[in-house]
Amino acid sequence: MVPGRTAVNAREAVLDRIRRGVGRGKADEGSARAAVAARLAARGRCAPPARIALDREAPVDLFAGKARTADATVSFVARAADAPEAVADYLRGRNLPAAAAVAPHPDLDAMDWRAGALAVHRRAPSETDRVGVNRAFGAVAETGTLVMASGPESPATMNFLPETHIAVVRASEIAGACEDVWDRLRAAAGDGAMPRTVNMITGPSRTGDIEQTLQTGVHGPKHLHIVVVRED
Amino acid sequence: MTLHRLASARFEEKAADALADPVLQGNLARLKGNFLRRRERARASLPEFDALRDAAVEIKSHTLDHLDLYLEAFEDAVRACGGQVHWARDDTEARGQVLEICRAAGARTVAKGKTMVAEEIGLNPFLEAHGVEPVETDLGEYIVQLAQEPPSHIIAPAIHKNRRQVAALFNARHEDLADRAADDLDGLLADARAVLRRTFLQADVGITGANFLIAETGQTAIVTNEGNGDLTQLLPRVHIVLAGIEKVVPTLEDAACILRVLARSATGQEMSSYTTFSAGPRRPDDPDGPDAFHVVLVDNGRAALLGSPTAEILRCIRCGCCLNACPVYGKVGGHAYGSAYPGPVGAVLTPALAGLDETRHLPNASTLCGRCEEVCPMRIPIPKMLRHFREEEAKAGRAPAAARRGLALWAFLARRPRLYRRLTGLAAGALGALGRRRGRFARLPGAGAWTRDRDLAAPQGTTFQTRWSRGERP
Repeated sequence: MVPGRTAVNAREAVLDRIRRGVGRGKADEGSARAAVAARLAARGRCAPPARIALDREAPVDLFAGKARTADATVSFVARAADAPEAVADYLRGRNLPAAAAVAPHPDLDAMDWRAGALAVHRRAPSETDRVGVNRAFGAVAETGTLVMASGPESPATMNFLPETHIAVVRASEIAGACEDVWDRLRAAAGDGAMPRTVNMITGPSRTGDIEQTLQTGVHGPKHLHIVVVRED
Repeated sequence: MTLHRLASARFEEKAADALADPVLQGNLARLKGNFLRRRERARASLPEFDALRDAAVEIKSHTLDHLDLYLEAFEDAVRACGGQVHWARDDTEARGQVLEICRAAGARTVAKGKTMVAEEIGLNPFLEAHGVEPVETDLGEYIVQLAQEPPSHIIAPAIHKNRRQVAALFNARHEDLADRAADDLDGLLADARAVLRRTFLQADVGITGANFLIAETGQTAIVTNEGNGDLTQLLPRVHIVLAGIEKVVPTLEDAACILRVLARSATGQEMSSYTTFSAGPRRPDDPDGPDAFHVVLVDNGRAALLGSPTAEILRCIRCGCCLNACPVYGKVGGHAYGSAYPGPVGAVLTPALAGLDETRHLPNASTLCGRCEEVCPMRIPIPKMLRHFREEEAKAGRAPAAARRGLALWAFLARRPRLYRRLTGLAAGALGALGRRRGRFARLPGAGAWTRDRDLAAPQGTTFQTRWSRGERP
């Protein structure tokens, strides 16, 4: 196989087959391209479920309720500075050692991690870290879903390697629907480019592959805890 | 086009084996109702569910009508993120491209997230034959890989195995980890977690499938519950995405719409645990993620379906809902279908991709009860397509002689209404008189194939047409 040549041929061959299949005449080419360009630009949304609208006043409550339904735990703190204490409380409550890998996110820098007598490592997680703390980009009330955007400040592995995953999110970052978070992501990048990895996370890792019995923590975290910061 | 390990020609034999296997019947009985009950609950709690299905159908139909243009847009967007796109006409090309990428990366071990396309093209045996070891990391896929069997359900690949069978497989292969009770579920899970963690850390290449390809952003998306697809793509140096060309959607908003029906239809969850969007390789300052990102776009018979009577099957989002609803799948299980795609969707997709030569049993393995279409989030008219294949089969003269003779006789009578009424009237009267006492026949000459497995209900004595003409109305 001559890679370059075959590759070009395969691409053209597949596209040709598709063009034959959709049966679009030469005359329609222009309008089809225009329709596709318009659709890509419009980013049309489907009608959002009514429960988002009903809950517009309090997406935070809907979010917390849905996240709990998905087997996550949620705690609230009034100020960002209280987050380390909430993390320490959670670890004590679960009888876990007061140690964690904490993502090198500027918001997490501003917190006093000594407050809860926590031994923290500010870096991406290693294989031996049992607890990882990450900063969420946003959250979706509709389904109780966290949205994590990867980057130097927010390693994607933090969401999967440690057995216990703790995410910090501000109440103001909780949107009704995921489409609102997409718009924020696009705005954050400026040029519309997405982070390498966007993780939508709803509850801990789970499987039903043996006898359809629900088990958590098969590959990713056994436990997901969310700290919601109420202040803006 | 070739589908790997296609054994659909043996459907009748394998279905009979499945029905005679008490362990399998027990395992399948557990499936029955479980998934569907959860789907029904999820549907009931979302009043907009059916409207969202309509919107999802529109998105897929529009995209398929402009598939070439959206694939070009997707390709451009992947390149803009620093990724590479490869096109494969068929299974041979797709396997070759994956192997080439693995070789260029000097790969010995490949971690695999769940991908139906890899099963379709027979990727695992091909990689093994060329010195690359693929390890399935989805728990169900890992179990069937250990058992050297194909998956038997689209979203629950090891549904046909019980915990004792899983424990036996683990005991045989995990020598150094066998310190647990034989059928302790938590122990089995801990075992798999430990073994597969090592795979994630050692693998040079990670291969995942894709639930969506986003034309707007060049992202590929996977939907999982375990998180294995994430470790598969975050830890190895190279991430390969294998995707059928029909997976593309225009924008993130379109993916959001389909996501609202996908998990609800598959497992009854509102959202699966992990929905992950991946764009290109890791960025310069990223602490993790792959150094290289490849998408292999696989045709393998899909493009030829566009504009054909079975084009709508390309809307399928592989939720597995039709399998759960199907009375035939519920009895014979997935392996009888002899294809990567079992159940109602497989009974259409397999002959659509591979032709009827070896697959003619599949469109006949249905009662046409219509439950698959009723539950399908993408409203795919599966029964209509099954009938289409049956017509093709009849036209090509491939139907069994007995069926052809029977249908010819029926057609002869149906074109002679008076004779038809007379004969059916006589038959209904005679059978009604014979069966009056028990109301059913345990055995009846000429109906042996029916009465072998169940009773035949006796007619009440008069035909529907007679009663109708007498003015009886329901």
